[in-house]
This record gives sequence, structure tokens and C-alpha cells, in this order.
Amino acid sequence: MQPIISIAGVSKTYATGFTALKDINLEIRRGEIFALLGPNGAGKTTLISIVCGIVNRSSGTVTVDGHDIGSDYRAARSLIGLVPQELTVETFETVKNVLAFSRGLFGKKSDPALVEKVLKDLSLWDKRDSKIITLSGGMKRRVMIGKALAHEPQILFLDEPTAGVDVELRKDMWALVRGLRDAGVTIILTTHYIEEAEEMADRVGVINKGEIVLVEEKTELMRKLGRKQLIVQLREPLKAVPEALGAYRLELSGDGNALTYTYDNQAERPGVASLLRDLESAGVAFRDIDTEASSLEEIFVNLVRKTP
Amino acid sequence: MNFRAVWAIYRVEMARTLRTLLQSVISPVISTSLYFVVFGAAIGSRISEINGISYGAFIVPGLIMLSLLTQSISNASFGIYFPKFIGTIFEILSAPVSYLEVVLAYVGAATTKSVAIGLIILATAALFVDLHIEHPFWMVAFLILTAVTFSLFGFIIGIWAANFEQLQLVPLLIVTPLTFLGGSFYSIDMLPGIWRTITLFNPVVYLVSGFRWAFFGHGDVSVTISLAMTLVFLAACIAVIAWIFRTGYRLRT
Repeated sequence: MQPIISIAGVSKTYATGFTALKDINLEIRRGEIFALLGPNGAGKTTLISIVCGIVNRSSGTVTVDGHDIGSDYRAARSLIGLVPQELTVETFETVKNVLAFSRGLFGKKSDPALVEKVLKDLSLWDKRDSKIITLSGGMKRRVMIGKALAHEPQILFLDEPTAGVDVELRKDMWALVRGLRDAGVTIILTTHYIEEAEEMADRVGVINKGEIVLVEEKTELMRKLGRKQLIVQLREPLKAVPEALGAYRLELSGDGNALTYTYDNQAERPGVASLLRDLESAGVAFRDIDTEASSLEEIFVNLVRKTP
Repeated sequence: MNFRAVWAIYRVEMARTLRTLLQSVISPVISTSLYFVVFGAAIGSRISEINGISYGAFIVPGLIMLSLLTQSISNASFGIYFPKFIGTIFEILSAPVSYLEVVLAYVGAATTKSVAIGLIILATAALFVDLHIEHPFWMVAFLILTAVTFSLFGFIIGIWAANFEQLQLVPLLIVTPLTFLGGSFYSIDMLPGIWRTITLFNPVVYLVSGFRWAFFGHGDVSVTISLAMTLVFLAACIAVIAWIFRTGYRLRT
């Protein structure tokens, strides 16, 4: 299937000489939720801004559903809805009016029924005639999403959508994003909350220092790069790890009651079975064992650390 | 052409004026009335007629031009600067709209507002002095042409300005002095030789003169020159805006 967004050889160097993006190549699949992860200043917002037409690229090409963002910008931009990081919205206008404005700006005919539906989906219908200045931060965030949805985009960019949003609202937003994906909207989100990507994304891209470090299916990524830990609860506390078990690089807990074995679950022989046998041979009795998989956050931190 | 986008921006800009109706409309009416009380009644009664026109009537075109220039510049510059300042410009930049459509919407709204204010001042002036407009078509033409030109100029200032101080800099330090010294309240023929020659370098002289010609049938300089100078300034503003949009100057980094 043809990707809905195709980014090829995109670089960006600002007038100050700062290079924000270096030769980015990325394809976004139609209908997926793609999470772009990266530390502050990695280039996430610059990349989104280039695709949306806010920032000029220094080199490379970007097509949106086959439309070049330069030569065929109208067709490209009309497919995109953008929810930026900052809460920037006309403070003295009413909620209903700012949504109607966004729809008009994208050349769409006025559709009060659709605006009503979007506002109801975002639990903003009661606030439709309120001025933006009277709304809370969470409500303003929802208004920003509403503005992006008011022109029925096929692609939705969410730049840090849940920054500063309480847990309940964050979960509502996740449900909303999943609903949009189910309706066929392609979603690209950047986030600092790794759990957000872990919870929602189909694929994950990691960007660091202006370069794409990795693009992978989330489940595959967690399977490939995930480190697992085997925690062995001992019957009797140990003072030190027996020498016979030195090869396993075990960690002994402070109270001496648990041994932790970290292993690569992709390895041909992770060593779990042999460890259990060797524990028995060494006379170390255990009462329980437990395993823990590393989170996407740990994977992400490891990847970013490895980037030169 | 994305007419819906033009209309959407235009409506938001006009809605801002309606929200501040007192400031937008009542304030020019009051200041015009004050000008007539001071210059028309108090001082004007001691000034002899100029080219057979009472001083009160003589200053009407200059007064309208003064408001037209300042209002066009401030409306258009604020119109585009405000979204830059609060950050909502992202939506305009990421929408499927062309630069021409953006200019049409912002400059169209600024022009509408300043022409409306010009007409309100004209109506207010008619309450104080006996007015007869010699060339109504040209009066309207000069009114609209000047409003469009200076709204374009204001749009350029709004894009250039990096802060509120810069936004006020050109109108306060350049445009207002040039308007006062451009024959708004006197005929440049009243000036001594060298000052008259120097004044001819002031572009506002041509705007006021052409507008006054439309009212009374004669101005300080030929109407053809007035029209030509206005069109030259219009062309210069269009050229600068074309360059801004080609390069993305202070809009797209």
C-alpha cells in the first residue's frame, strides 16, 4: 500500500546555522498510529512543521497522499489536521466560532451538525458559546483538537497532545484517538509520555539530534530490544553471590533475599533454564521466581544514549 | 481560489472591530469633532478663505486622509501581527490558502474598516461645515485606493514588527508627522519657497492634494501626478509583499 506520508532526504538548517534535521527518510502508513519519540530538541516539532507547511525545508521532498507539499500544497494541506504543542487560540472568540473558522480556512462548507458532533465528542458542547479565555487548560487543549478535526482531516498530527492534561482527560483523549484511527484517520503523535506511545502506537519512530534512529512496529521493537529480568526469591538470604554462578552476572538484593538475572530474550539461549539448574547445584534454594519485561521507556532511553 | 478561507479570515477581522465598536468608531467621530471645534470654529474663523473655500471645509479632506492613513496602517498591521504574537499564525500557514488569499482577507478587512471610518468622518464633518463634493467618483476612488495602499503598507509593518514597539514605530514616527506636514491643514502654497520644495518630497502631499481636488476641483499639485504617485506607492507595497511571500520573511523560518 502506498504510504500516506512520504518523507525523503529532508534536512533543515536554520539561518543561525543550527541543523535541526539531517537527511530524514520516513514513511507513514495509511490508517496507523505512529508515535514519534525523542528528547527535547531532537527535531520532532521541526519535522511536523515541515510536513504541515509551517517551516521551509532546506532539502528533500515530502508528499502527502501523493501530493508534493510544495508544488501541490493545497491538496496536501487540506488532508492534514494539526494540534500544536502550544495552546494558541483566539482568546476572545467563542468555542463554536473558532471551530467554524478552522473549517472555513480549509475551504470546507459550513456544517453546524459536524461542529456539534466534534464538540460533543470532546465534551465541549456545553461550552460552545463560552469565550476561550474562560476555559481551563484542559478544555483549551480539547478546543485545539476540535479545531483540527473541524475540517475532517485524513491525517492528524498531535504534537504533545496530553502535556499538562490530567490522567482522566488523557485517557479520554486516548479513546478519542483510537476512535479516529478506527474511522480511518492516520495519526502521528509526538510525546514525552512514553506510556502514551506504549499504550496507543502501532509503530514507533525514535528521533535524536535530528536523525531518525529507528522505526519499528511497537510490539516488534519491544520484543527485539526488550530486556527481561528474572527475579529469584531465595529461601535463605545470601551474603554474596556464589562463585559458581559468576558467569550469570547476578545482582543480589540489599537484604540478600533475591537474585536478579538480566537477559536478552532474543538470545538463542537466554540462560534461564541453565541458571535454575546451576542454582540447585550450588545449593541455593528458592521459593519463587518472577520475570519482568523492560518498558518502552527503558528501550527509548537506551537508544538515545547509544546515539553518538 | 479558496474563497471560504478569505471570508473566514475577513469575518474574524471584522468581528474584532465589532467587539471594540466604541474604540473603532466613536473615537474617530469624537476626535474629528474636536478638530472642527479647534480648527474650524476657534482658529478657523480668523483664517481667511483658501482658494475661495472656508478653512473649516478646506481641512475636511486632510482630516479624512489623516484618519484613513493611520487607521489603514494600524488595522492591517495589528491584524497580521496579532496572530504572530499569540501564535495562531500556525493555522494560517498550515491551511490550504495562498499568499494572495491571505493578503486579500487581511487587507480587505483593514480597508473596509478604514473606508467606513473615513465615511463616518465625512458624515460628521457635514454636520459642522457646508460640503459640496465636486468629483464624487474620484473622491471614492482616492478613498479606496489610499485605504488599500496603506493597508498593504500596514500589512508589511505587521509582518516586519518583532514586538509592539516596532508595530507603533513607523505610524508614530514617520506616518503621523508626514501627514501633518503634508498639507492636511494648509495649502503647501502657503509655505515659503524652500519649504514648499522640500514638502514635495513628502508622498502624503500627493494623497491629500488628489483627495482635496476630488472635493473642491483644485489641489496643490496636478491630480494626474497625485494619482500616479498613489499608484507608484501601491505598486511598491505590492512588490514588497510579493518578496515577503516568496522568501517567507518573518513568517516561515
